[in-house]
Amino acid sequence: MIRWLLSIALLLALSLSAFAQVSDAEIEARAKEVGRSLRCVVCQNQSIDESDAPLAADMRKLVRTRLREGDSNAEVIDYMQDRYGDYVLLKPPVQTNTYILWFLPFLLLLGALAWFFKASGKAEAES
Amino acid sequence: MMRALLPLGLFLLIGIAFAIGLTKDPRRMSSELINRPFPEFSLPELYDEDAILTEDIVKGQVSLVNVFGSWCVACNVEHPTLMDIAKRREVTLIGMDWRDDRPKAKKWLAERGNPYDKIIFDNESTLAITLGVTGAPESFITDRTGQIRYKHVGVITPEIWRDTLKPIIQKLEAE
Repeated sequence: MIRWLLSIALLLALSLSAFAQVSDAEIEARAKEVGRSLRCVVCQNQSIDESDAPLAADMRKLVRTRLREGDSNAEVIDYMQDRYGDYVLLKPPVQTNTYILWFLPFLLLLGALAWFFKASGKAEAES
Repeated sequence: MMRALLPLGLFLLIGIAFAIGLTKDPRRMSSELINRPFPEFSLPELYDEDAILTEDIVKGQVSLVNVFGSWCVACNVEHPTLMDIAKRREVTLIGMDWRDDRPKAKKWLAERGNPYDKIIFDNESTLAITLGVTGAPESFITDRTGQIRYKHVGVITPEIWRDTLKPIIQKLEAE
């Protein structure tokens, strides 16, 4: 009976520690994901994941440290945005000052389609 | 008539958008940290390796925190201006030696003179990233309570010092 209990306790302890410790591979994968969405502030059009700049290397290191300390991906990105502004995000957020950026292409497409159908309708009526 | 003017109108609109967009300096980023307290940190001093500096060093007086490094070419240009500021004791100058090598930084300062009252040694960008630093030189003005009130990106020239930074510091000192 005691052996039973002990082995169950051991199993529990092992599985708990596995849960508590996020594997290095997982941190690495998440760090890459976060790194790809953060802009290298020195080299402008690279993400920190692909940049060779020393500051990008330090930012990658910081991303890993924070992930290991238990931050979620979004929390790490928020932390960087808090320091460097929207600029550090490679994908611009949808907000008032980026509405033109996000919605103008769709508006133009709609406008062009409307113009096209109107013009072709007219051409058909004429022919 | 209206139809003929349409392309011209579109052209003008695009022209105006480009005129605004392309003349903006993409490196110029506003600091997110203006009017926020100087971030907490705990880093060694450049000369006194056992001394740990914290955010307390910017409290109690108006300070100019200057990010530099012995590898930084533009810092060479800025250095004489900082020396003049130090000579005239116009403000507490705190250096932040960024991504540097201790012997190299000490040699750099020995050759040119050390204008700083204290130097934070930030080898792994810990403070640099929390400050949103993107390059050197870069300078922050903090008020007596340790709040960041102004950020200057690039070299401090005698003109920038006289016309922009010094008036801000004098205003903060009067607060």
